[in-house]
Amino acid sequence: MIINHPLLGPRDAAEFVYLGDASLIDRPDWEAEDAAAQFHAYGYLRDNPAGAHQELWYHEQGDRSWLVVTRDTTTHEITQVELARDVARARGRDR
Amino acid sequence: MRYSALRILREGLTGNKGWKPVWREPEPKAEYDIVIVGGGGHGLATAYYLAKEFGHKNIAVLEKGWLGSGNIGRNTTIIRSNYMLPGNEPFYEMSLKLWEGLEQDFNYNAMVSQRSILNLYHSDAQRDAFVRRANAMMLAGADAEIADADQLRAELPFLDFDNARFPIKGGLFQRRGGTVRHDAVAWGYARGADARGVDIIQNCEVTGFDIENGRCTGVQTSRGAIRAKKVAVCVAGSSGRVMEKAGMRLPIESHVLQAFVTEGLKPVIPGVITFGAGHFYVSQSDKGGLVFGGDIDGYNSYAQRGNLPVVEDVAEGGMAIMPMIGRARLLRSWGGIMDMSMDGSPFIDKTHIEGLYFNGGWCYGGFKATPASGFCYAHLLAKGEPHPVATQMRLDRFMTGNLIDEKGVGNQPNLH
Repeated sequence: MIINHPLLGPRDAAEFVYLGDASLIDRPDWEAEDAAAQFHAYGYLRDNPAGAHQELWYHEQGDRSWLVVTRDTTTHEITQVELARDVARARGRDR
Repeated sequence: MRYSALRILREGLTGNKGWKPVWREPEPKAEYDIVIVGGGGHGLATAYYLAKEFGHKNIAVLEKGWLGSGNIGRNTTIIRSNYMLPGNEPFYEMSLKLWEGLEQDFNYNAMVSQRSILNLYHSDAQRDAFVRRANAMMLAGADAEIADADQLRAELPFLDFDNARFPIKGGLFQRRGGTVRHDAVAWGYARGADARGVDIIQNCEVTGFDIENGRCTGVQTSRGAIRAKKVAVCVAGSSGRVMEKAGMRLPIESHVLQAFVTEGLKPVIPGVITFGAGHFYVSQSDKGGLVFGGDIDGYNSYAQRGNLPVVEDVAEGGMAIMPMIGRARLLRSWGGIMDMSMDGSPFIDKTHIEGLYFNGGWCYGGFKATPASGFCYAHLLAKGEPHPVATQMRLDRFMTGNLIDEKGVGNQPNLH
């Protein structure tokens, strides 16, 4: 697989480390009433879709940036690559 | 129709005209007591043990494709019970005992071959860990044996003992481990279940679950609606896809694992051998091909095919322990989809939906578990409570903190 890095251009996926579903960006509020249930879902439950999947890849052998890659899990086709920082900011996080 | 040597002789003398198909192709009925979703090894074993051990007859097994077309036909055929944790080891040892009696039990030649499995160690620390594991295995009634490098040199002279980076210091043997003809397992269980009245319905894909007031009353399929008192899902690899139809999110990611086979060679590798410093395992099939594999590719996938970096990694692992493997030509490689769970261990449990049961999360160890998985799932379905060796394989164990994490790497499915 080739990941088209937003800053560095096309890179071999072997340069990256895979973390998992991009929902891991959305860490729950630890002060919420149901924080335990929320953290259980955050840490352990996954949508695991067959089809488009947003996921976190870390460019360990490169510029060490985190990317959000949108990839089809049935074909491995990558349709979108964004910097995780941009995705997190767009969701209201400060970094 | 029982199989026996006498029967082969008689059929041979009469032109082999007496052989019949070994299971029926029934139309689905409108209602069953138990509907099992998934006609792979685990689903067919569940049906078999429900009928044989627990006296249930009104059962259907629904299979999306043809019988045994999933992971039961794509794995590397290894059986073993060399686990460590109390939530796992008694279960896998029960499975190995069932393998030992399986062919007599279901009167079918599954080519169970207890040719041993050897896990190599390459350092003092790894030896300590393997000794500990061997002790845990023996406590659960399994066999385990630590062999030092001198003993291995005598038994397996082709290993690269003096490898500069990963010298082989010894290994953990389980002599009762080995290999089984995987397709025959599906066929044998199917035949045994069918003979006891189980309807095996192929080309029948479940498209939805009928859930009313928190209770599952049946399934919608590509061949019409089927009502059921209990619905037992058993579709490891596709668990995420199927349970989504019941509105459930699982502690599972689907990953692709590749396997490889070389051209047929004369007997060179006596048992199953695994590399302790990387991920590589190999055995030789009865046809002569070296069957081997290694790590999963490491990213979510339902594609049943992997990518080249893992091919390279597996080949390097093979070269590191047995350089002779470099002379063999690779014939085929393929991929299968694994339910990688959050702690590397499986689930055999009820769900929060009354009447809906779940069996899955087998990671890349489902084949060896087939008999015990079927037996314990049948036990749960028939009696409503888990079998004593499967009490910890619960879906809610991440909420309660009772993880079964053999490798101790936490909730990172691609590292298990």
